[in-house]
Amino acid sequence: MTDRREFLRTTGAAAAALALASAPRRAEAAPRYDDLDRFQSGASKELLLEAINAAKVAGASYADCRIARFRQNFVVTREQQIVNVVDTDTLGCGVRALVDGCWGFAATRTLTREGVTTAAREAVAIAKANRVARDRAVTLAPTPAYPNATWKSPYTTDPFEVPLEQKVDLLLKSNAEAMKVANVKFVNSVLFFVKQERQFASTEGSVIDQTLIRSWPLFTATAVAPDFSDFQNRQGSEAAPMGRGYEYVVQCDLPGNARKWAEQAAEKLKAKPVEVGKYDLVLAPSNLWLTIHESIGHPTELDRALGYEANYAGTSFIAPPEEKLGKLQYGKPLMNIQGDRSQAGALATVGYDDDGVQPDEFLIVKDGMFNDYQTTREQAPWLADWYAKQGKPVRSHGCSYADSWGSVAFQRMPNVSLLPGNDNTSWDDLIAGVDRGIAIVGDGSFSIDQQRYNAQFGGQVTYEIRGGKVVGMLKDVAYQIRTPDFWNSMDAIGGKATYELGGSFFDGKGQPSQSNAVSHGSPPARFRQVNVINTGRTQ
Amino acid sequence: MTAPKSLMQGPNALPTGLPSALPAGAILSRAEAQAIIERVVRMSKADSINVSIGTNHTTNVRFADNQMSTAGAVTDAGVAVQSSYGPKHAVVTTNDLSEESLRRCVQQSEVLAKLAPDDPEAMPELEPQRYVDVAAYLDSTANIGAAERAQAALTALAPARKAGDIKAAGYLVATAGCSALGNNKGMFAYHRATNVNYTLTVRTTDGTGSGWAGADHPDWRQIDFERVSARAIEKARASRNPQAIEPGRYTVILEPQAVGDLAGLVAFYADARQADEGRSPFSKQGGGNKVGEKIVDTRVTIYSDPADPQLLAQPFDGEGLPIARQVWVENGNLKQLQYSRFWAKKQGKTPTGGATSLKMAGGTSSLDAMIKSTARGILVTRLWYLREVDPRTILYTGLTRDGTFLIEEGRISRSIRNLRFNESPLFMLNNLEMLGPSERIAGTEAGGAVSMPALKVRDFNFTSLSEAV
Repeated sequence: MTDRREFLRTTGAAAAALALASAPRRAEAAPRYDDLDRFQSGASKELLLEAINAAKVAGASYADCRIARFRQNFVVTREQQIVNVVDTDTLGCGVRALVDGCWGFAATRTLTREGVTTAAREAVAIAKANRVARDRAVTLAPTPAYPNATWKSPYTTDPFEVPLEQKVDLLLKSNAEAMKVANVKFVNSVLFFVKQERQFASTEGSVIDQTLIRSWPLFTATAVAPDFSDFQNRQGSEAAPMGRGYEYVVQCDLPGNARKWAEQAAEKLKAKPVEVGKYDLVLAPSNLWLTIHESIGHPTELDRALGYEANYAGTSFIAPPEEKLGKLQYGKPLMNIQGDRSQAGALATVGYDDDGVQPDEFLIVKDGMFNDYQTTREQAPWLADWYAKQGKPVRSHGCSYADSWGSVAFQRMPNVSLLPGNDNTSWDDLIAGVDRGIAIVGDGSFSIDQQRYNAQFGGQVTYEIRGGKVVGMLKDVAYQIRTPDFWNSMDAIGGKATYELGGSFFDGKGQPSQSNAVSHGSPPARFRQVNVINTGRTQ
Repeated sequence: MTAPKSLMQGPNALPTGLPSALPAGAILSRAEAQAIIERVVRMSKADSINVSIGTNHTTNVRFADNQMSTAGAVTDAGVAVQSSYGPKHAVVTTNDLSEESLRRCVQQSEVLAKLAPDDPEAMPELEPQRYVDVAAYLDSTANIGAAERAQAALTALAPARKAGDIKAAGYLVATAGCSALGNNKGMFAYHRATNVNYTLTVRTTDGTGSGWAGADHPDWRQIDFERVSARAIEKARASRNPQAIEPGRYTVILEPQAVGDLAGLVAFYADARQADEGRSPFSKQGGGNKVGEKIVDTRVTIYSDPADPQLLAQPFDGEGLPIARQVWVENGNLKQLQYSRFWAKKQGKTPTGGATSLKMAGGTSSLDAMIKSTARGILVTRLWYLREVDPRTILYTGLTRDGTFLIEEGRISRSIRNLRFNESPLFMLNNLEMLGPSERIAGTEAGGAVSMPALKVRDFNFTSLSEAV
């Protein structure tokens, strides 16, 4: 969705860069200066330890500190011209402290001994102030200490080392391909890169150093009817954001795909409006990832289920835990949903979370049955009874994340994925099993209620299926679901070869709102008798 | 406000001697900001340079399930430097204001600008401008400490914990900050502001009721915490045991927050260029845009005005263009679209600058009068998860949330289940029946100067029911 800032913000490039940087929330930035020596591991490790010691001395029973540098790079083009080139850079320190089972957090950009110890004392003071209404103390599930741990995203080419000219050439070449298509009048394309250098230390003895790289090519072609009576967009959502380097952007073959996406934008101008009704749906991974995100990812966050997000993102229909774990039939036995932070190239993949935990892989839905929630160290003990019944230890799944040095860590979504089937079922096999239906590629409009029951999703391109075959393009399609009914209507899924990742940098949760980058893998899947509406209403 | 004694006694009493809320130097003064900008401009070797600075101190407290959850304080800053060589430009930002860092920032933006292709739409730097002064910075907000924030949270937590049938979840954020802009032509703009945003959701422990209320203002003293708490609690209890009704077209009374959630979206589509290019709801068939045409009911007037006492917004945009009162929709006619400097030059128009506030002028009908005049309709507290479905008509989908009620024979008869809508603010503002007074709304947690009236409208399009509470 367009951000309100698009309008309310200032249009100036420099100020816009600040807004951009702070939209996800605050900046990152710049230069690949080798002389950022205070951020060299030695110097910042000293500061990390100073900070947690200061918190301890001030009365914290537990404290952790993150010193991190967050950089972003944007190259923005339209048609055959550059719009902007922006490098953002932000560096700072956040300290979290537990006092009498109550949290406090403070952050500063002043990376001196005095700066970080002042923040640590402020975090303790805030925790003390909050004791006025906390009678259930925070306790943390145990984790081993990792005194000298490092981890890096699996990238071969650091996008921050790729020359600007190369990035611009790629975009303008792609735009030119799209502009060759009749009626395609506008193209917007962006390369968006993120680099996070994160250092963590806790009073339990962990010192962890991680480097995360993320890359996202964004592309939209707009076709306008010659008489200005209609326009249609096609976004290239199959080129998903990934936790990989510039080599991934090259693999996406933007110039080749741009032509195809532009042709589809133009074809949408002439597509047949959908008739409302119930249809069988075949959803591509580029569409299904967002449906998984909204209707499985969010309702299985344990803090949501217990009311911690009630004032913003909402609660969950999967509550209370004791009535749903092992009892809620999410889907048919072919449905297995895995939470993990380990898939290579996925956005939520890390070596260690922001509690200092090494994440594990866990089944959120096992053979169709609801099996587990996403957890942090604070939350895992809330499920102690369930884990005891399962013969499992009380252990965090490693879902703690803060989107900046200035943000407090809390439970964020790991990669949540629909596992593929064991046979070789293909996209065409799924279509062949549909007499009257719709196939949907790419993510479009999306909206879901605050307990994650009622949702509505669109797509980028939609096709009519008749007698087991695709017969033509449709437009103005959206499907409306009730989450448990929808997943229980899934009767076939693709095999391993059809599995793909989709995702976003901007999953919002929490107050102040934080953005989490997360991927969702899935094969294509088939759903029976889903309610479809026509969104092309005029009045 | 004072919290009930029972919660203030014993070992958990509020500590004294907390650090002061606003760290020294966290917010740059006008002179400090100007000095930094002038220093940065002097470092420049480019044809032109534009510098933007922001510094801020943000503090918050958050609670849920009748307990404090997290709280924090963050001090940050940002400098963005745009260097230009003719039509080539690039932006580099940093949050480190040291001399060395600023110099790197300038150098890096120069390196990138030289490498960038020509931007045929690049505009020259602005000459010095004149701005209205908006007094939006209040010490009463800037100096709020952890103890006061915790006490404010207790206005919800204390009654909720005492009552037993409700759970409170809320968020209170106080911000102090400044922004400044300058360039090599001597243009300089400075604005500082504070803001308090408080939102509260109260849910009933039986899981069937949920109520929301909020408040937003630059001045801490203007936030009536008790009133927000009482309102959310009342809505939660009144919304218990909602009944299902058939989706369809209904007469709807939208409280100011709900109006802002939907009507505020029109602002995203106000760009003149998009309209002229044929890809906007304000594109005219055959070419051009709809400025001058009637687009909504004649009682609708929408404008921006940084100096309006209900708004108090930044009086310049990100390029340094002065922002004064600007009417977008006047008596139902599309009066103005947003023109960037480039598009205005190309089309022979005056650039409008980017808006920093939004207000729909109100009417005189009270919410009670709207309800009394309604034989059958729905009262909506707020809307949730609005997403664009069709940009051609500004058709959005979303749901009602935290207090949805059926009105029958001029009174609220019962709580109803939440509903999904597929509706356009343009259609809604054409189906207008009554307007209330315009109020500053709180739904955007970043704070923000948006003021909207309650509206009564007919034929609002609900397409399905939700079981969500």
